[in-house]
Amino acid sequence: MAEEVLLMKGNEAIAHAAIRFGTDGYFGYPITPQSEVLETLAELKPWETTGMVVVQAESEVAAINMVYGGAGSGKMVMTSSSSPGVSLKQEGISYLAGAELPCLIVNVMRGGPGLGTIQPSQADYFQTVKGGGHGDYHLIALAPASVQEMADFVGLAFDLAFKYRNPAIILADGVIGQMMEKVVLPEQRQRLTDEEVIARCPWAAHGKQEGRKPNIITSLELDPSIMEKRNIHLQEKYAEIEANEVRYEEINCEDAEYLIVAFGSCARIAQKAMELARAEGIKVGLLRPITIWPFPSKAIAERAKQVKGILTVELNAGQMVEDVQLAVKCSIPVAHYGRLGGIVPAPDEVINALKEKLIK
Amino acid sequence: MTKEEIIKPENLVYKKPTLMNDNPMHYCPGCSHGVVHKLIAEVIEEMGMENQTVGVSPVGCAVFAYNYLDIDWEEAAHGRAPAVATAIKRLWPNRLVFTYQGDGDLACIGTAETIHALNRGENITIIFINNAIYGMTGGQMAPTTLVGMKTATCPYGRDVTIHGYPLKMTEIAATLEGTAYVTRQSVHSVPAIRKAKKAIRKAFENSMNGKGSNLVEIVSTCNSGWKMTPVAANQWMEEHMFPFYPLGDLKDKE
Repeated sequence: MAEEVLLMKGNEAIAHAAIRFGTDGYFGYPITPQSEVLETLAELKPWETTGMVVVQAESEVAAINMVYGGAGSGKMVMTSSSSPGVSLKQEGISYLAGAELPCLIVNVMRGGPGLGTIQPSQADYFQTVKGGGHGDYHLIALAPASVQEMADFVGLAFDLAFKYRNPAIILADGVIGQMMEKVVLPEQRQRLTDEEVIARCPWAAHGKQEGRKPNIITSLELDPSIMEKRNIHLQEKYAEIEANEVRYEEINCEDAEYLIVAFGSCARIAQKAMELARAEGIKVGLLRPITIWPFPSKAIAERAKQVKGILTVELNAGQMVEDVQLAVKCSIPVAHYGRLGGIVPAPDEVINALKEKLIK
Repeated sequence: MTKEEIIKPENLVYKKPTLMNDNPMHYCPGCSHGVVHKLIAEVIEEMGMENQTVGVSPVGCAVFAYNYLDIDWEEAAHGRAPAVATAIKRLWPNRLVFTYQGDGDLACIGTAETIHALNRGENITIIFINNAIYGMTGGQMAPTTLVGMKTATCPYGRDVTIHGYPLKMTEIAATLEGTAYVTRQSVHSVPAIRKAKKAIRKAFENSMNGKGSNLVEIVSTCNSGWKMTPVAANQWMEEHMFPFYPLGDLKDKE
């Protein structure tokens, strides 16, 4: 049977993919530009088909704590929001990381700071990969660049979250959330039965089974010697994720003399800019981080041996550029081009920036 | 009666609930928490729900409730226990799910989560320990601190022109369509303890019978925070707390 190709928004793809992947629960709160996730779920009524629970919470704070409750009970649960809402979730995200609970958070970024704008942005990069909440922790962070990846990364994020008992985040921007593209949705999977959940998550709190000691979900430990061990365990887990789960895409890098590094919607713009630059005879390659944590530092360092300079293109004032600079250790020039406040750059702006900052 | 006769099973008049383990409690002598923990353990055992219960502990003195009752627990962020419990109950509908929260957790930082979980009619029970003070952090003013009552952050007494009025969350809960059973109890005397246990039992049964959400407030003492002996604290509670927080059922949707 031929694959069914559908046309939909990135936000709608998240909702469809969540149902198809067998998600047990979604807990959300309306905020532009991601409200279609909750709206689509409400329209599709998965509680009547797969049995998926959908709750419109009283706040983003409540929604992320519902995720904590559901994830702590071993179920596959998620939330979605946009930048100001994700800021509100940071306390809960820190608790999820501290208690090592697998779950999915989706951030469809809009411009800030503050209430900012409802237009697209990538200004939550620092918040996503450098902490956001309190304490030493990392989220597994995936950055989709198409509606297809919005759909595909739901399952990937959950798989990684459960593999490492760690929260995962899809960091999209308003462009990816709102634009309509072709998408092939994953096959409908059955949700896990309660017995399968219990078998998959022997650590979870869902009413202790006969003969088992109580399971306690907590991030609290007042004995510093134990708390240090817990932190060391987390750091070891993060090192393992960094060793195993880096994902990126390279386009036209083999002969590249200049490299653009961009994620999400900026990678799409940069790809067009790259094509236009090559038509002018400038050999540009594109490296697109798919995981922004763990960051493809080694791949970028490798390309730095070959190219004369790297330009990052971001919808922010220069955030990912710091990780690129760290990756190449100042061995070659690294520049940033960004637009702020909800403005999305055109490809010719990117070429001009490349010429002005690196080639001239 | 010889020792051998006394220890015969038929002569047993009291025993510690099996769900209560031997971990030494961190609660101050005279504190109400221990009694309420025991009542919850007894009710869970009497309902036969030992292996189907999930408790949600708060931030506050009861943060370590999970150390004392051998059931599954999730420890919630400050005030968020009703949101945590909402998800557990929705995802595991045949489990007994309850939160255990103090006045600061429930009636201050978690006011929104409390009201909305109750008003959605989540089939959970909220056990609300109201001792009119922040115990864990050392006796600061709570949303339920009585007018005139002295705490570390209102050392000259709660002044309504500066601090506003104490909040009666249980009265608010009784007005919400989603609540099935809303009651205020105490554990300062044997008759009160028996009534409180009955209330917890009714609330837990409602939670399992799909009747809606349940709130059991226990007006409690914090003799350390109040800087009184346990006996004086009980007396003070009767004289000052009960007139403002009268005991009894506020709502019972039979």
